[in-house]
Amino acid sequence: MPLIKISVTLKPTLLDAQGRAVHGALKNLGYNNVEKVRIGRYIELNLEDGPDIDGQVREICDKLLANPVIEDYRYEVVK
Amino acid sequence: MIDPKVYRDMGLIDSEFQVILDTLGREPTITEIGMYAVMWSEHCGYKYSRPVLRLFKKYREAADAGEVENAGVVDLGDGIGAVMKMESHNHPSAVEPFQGAATGVGGILRDIFTMGARPIASLNSLRFGTLDDAHTRYLFERVVEGIAHYGNCVGVPTVGGEIYFHPSYQGNPLVNAMAVGIVDTDKVASAAAKGIGNPVIYVGSSTGRDGIHGATFASVELGPDSESKRPNVQMGDPFQEKLLIEATLEALATGYVVGIQDMGAAGLTCSTCETAAKAGNGMTIDVRKVPAREPGMSPYEIMLSESQERMLAIAEKGKESAIIDVFHKWGLSAEVVGEVTDTGRVVVLDNGVVVADVPARHLTDECPTYFLDAAEPASIKQNQSHDLSFVTEPSDYNAALLTLLGQPSIASKRYVYQQYDHMVQTQTTAFPGAADAAVLKLRGTHKAIALTTDCNPRYCYLDPFLGAQIAVAEAARNLSCVGATPLAVTDCLNFPNPEKPDNFWVFRRSVEGLADACEAFNTPVISGNVSFYNETPDHAIYPTPTIGMIGLIEDATKTVGSGFVNEGDDIFLIGNGEPVWGASEYLHAIHGHDAGAPPPLSIEDEKALQKALRKGIASGLIKSAHDSAEGGIAVALAESAMSSGLGASLTLTLEPLVTPPSLGVFEPSAALALFGERTATALITSSPANRAAIGALATGAGLNLVRLGSVGGDALKVRCAGDDIIDAPLAVLTDVYESAIPKALHGK
Repeated sequence: MPLIKISVTLKPTLLDAQGRAVHGALKNLGYNNVEKVRIGRYIELNLEDGPDIDGQVREICDKLLANPVIEDYRYEVVK
Repeated sequence: MIDPKVYRDMGLIDSEFQVILDTLGREPTITEIGMYAVMWSEHCGYKYSRPVLRLFKKYREAADAGEVENAGVVDLGDGIGAVMKMESHNHPSAVEPFQGAATGVGGILRDIFTMGARPIASLNSLRFGTLDDAHTRYLFERVVEGIAHYGNCVGVPTVGGEIYFHPSYQGNPLVNAMAVGIVDTDKVASAAAKGIGNPVIYVGSSTGRDGIHGATFASVELGPDSESKRPNVQMGDPFQEKLLIEATLEALATGYVVGIQDMGAAGLTCSTCETAAKAGNGMTIDVRKVPAREPGMSPYEIMLSESQERMLAIAEKGKESAIIDVFHKWGLSAEVVGEVTDTGRVVVLDNGVVVADVPARHLTDECPTYFLDAAEPASIKQNQSHDLSFVTEPSDYNAALLTLLGQPSIASKRYVYQQYDHMVQTQTTAFPGAADAAVLKLRGTHKAIALTTDCNPRYCYLDPFLGAQIAVAEAARNLSCVGATPLAVTDCLNFPNPEKPDNFWVFRRSVEGLADACEAFNTPVISGNVSFYNETPDHAIYPTPTIGMIGLIEDATKTVGSGFVNEGDDIFLIGNGEPVWGASEYLHAIHGHDAGAPPPLSIEDEKALQKALRKGIASGLIKSAHDSAEGGIAVALAESAMSSGLGASLTLTLEPLVTPPSLGVFEPSAALALFGERTATALITSSPANRAAIGALATGAGLNLVRLGSVGGDALKVRCAGDDIIDAPLAVLTDVYESAIPKALHGK
């Protein structure tokens, strides 16, 4: 059964409040060389093998796992 | 030669472009075209509504005197003032409901604290399609979550508002956010860029590519491609906003801030042009000094970005470091990006190279205005003259009452307000659902303010003038029901495309109604917002001129709620309003009609009632007061009972009606008395010992007074002509009332 690894992140142009907070915290700890922090989420799915896995994963992401208005997603199929 | 497609796509028309060519004496740069396009959009420039808004007396007087800026402060006495404003975030919420609603709350709060006022309350007036549609359920839940997220995190209580559901809002929800702040009247901050040579400081979050042309987006109809207009979405960060509130108020307290303005719609473009124009000055800024979120942003993008939580401050020359230190202390970036000049022009540099050079006033005050064609829609007279004689007595009054209580527009909004923090700052004394208006005690004084929002869009659809008048009257009545004297109004005028003559006629009639009622109730419109183009290819929204009103209670202890208080208390119906079927929720819910004329409004009767309510509450005679609105007195009685857990036994005496048949009244009818809607009427309770005094209060004010019955038991019972026509245990009423919205959302 293939494993789908999906990561969802805010579109690059949008403000990531969580990332900004973590960036600030890292600076406070002295990691001044950190340029930027973006936070997203990582999802694993197991899917029955089929002819159009890519199509189905994209549909699931567009409908539920990501908000296509503000988020991008990437995925990888591990057979 | 510039391709007309460039400026047309941004929303400018050919004649406007010609004016720009003539004024500049050359072809504008792409940055300049973008700046003109946003500033001359309806959203920023009010190009269609400005001539009509002059109907508002205070606006007209302030505009003529050049003092629009400080007109928004309500004097509460003792050197304290309140500022308040309401703004729409309809289009962003249709595309991305959570962030759209959240940034709506954030934007209106910034308008308040950039005036030097500390925000103490938020309210929201929301309109959605019906909840049987999955997309509407999604929009509704995410809008409410967005408001809760932003309001709860930023630490400003969400104390009130209203929510209506109607098919006309399908696909085009209305999200109107209102905020109220308190300021020492001698410390109101200015938004004018005074003082040649003064440094211009950019404050707050960095600038990203989000929300570019949001103002232009708000000035077109929503189409099937609206969801793909994704770059328009803005992201809010309430924690950043909290820092911005504290830092701004602290910076203003230094006395070194000459002027300050929020970067809302049209971002840097609007804040530079407006502050410069207000002072009659110019301003030069360099976009490369603006903190950018990503590399390679063009001047066009930086000038038009609508990234959230940003402001422009003008400091006294030589004191900029004191201001910058304050913002740095709060962890906010603050950079000098330019200075005030005497040229009257806003000059934008890109690393020293001029990319825009425009006359500030030309983009603001000199925005072209248009007198649009207006034509009365034929539907208004048709709908009003609709024969309502088919409305007969229901076979089961209990069932009719339960149907009304289960209408999402009437039903309990607990599902919504329990998500909101209405207690933070600990000044709220009347909680959602417990009174006709939110009440907040002002710390350090004995005073309290009362706040409400109102608009019955069905009334406005059927009679724009009367509907708008009633919105003001009802807001004032709600405030009077908690003992507050109405002081001022903010409005949010939500309408469809004004370029269609029937829509523009409705808009103008509504504004005439508002202006008329606001003068009559002595509650000037001190601020407001116009949102046009609220329509989809299928249909337009009902006209929705939402009113926010503030009132003052001199002695904060002299206020009452809407729920019954003690067993045995008398229940009175006070006021001269006559019930009608026209435009009623009953007609909509039971018969599926939005027709007839709204209840007539006598301003004199309304004022007499409100004065009597305030007098009765201040003297302690009245123990509870509740306005009779949608669903008539039956719904009002049920609400007072449910909110207190005390039942009531009442007897209805049908008296000959004086109302003419044209208003949908044919003979004395128990259903009409119970479910018909009226103005200038309220339900009050008082101790039986004070029966004579209540009688004197009503007589003295020239008001009808009917003793309906008394508080007691655990059911709502109404007897009429010897029959118990309503006999419903409170538990049954409460179950329907409380579960209607959760059931519509989740099926349980």
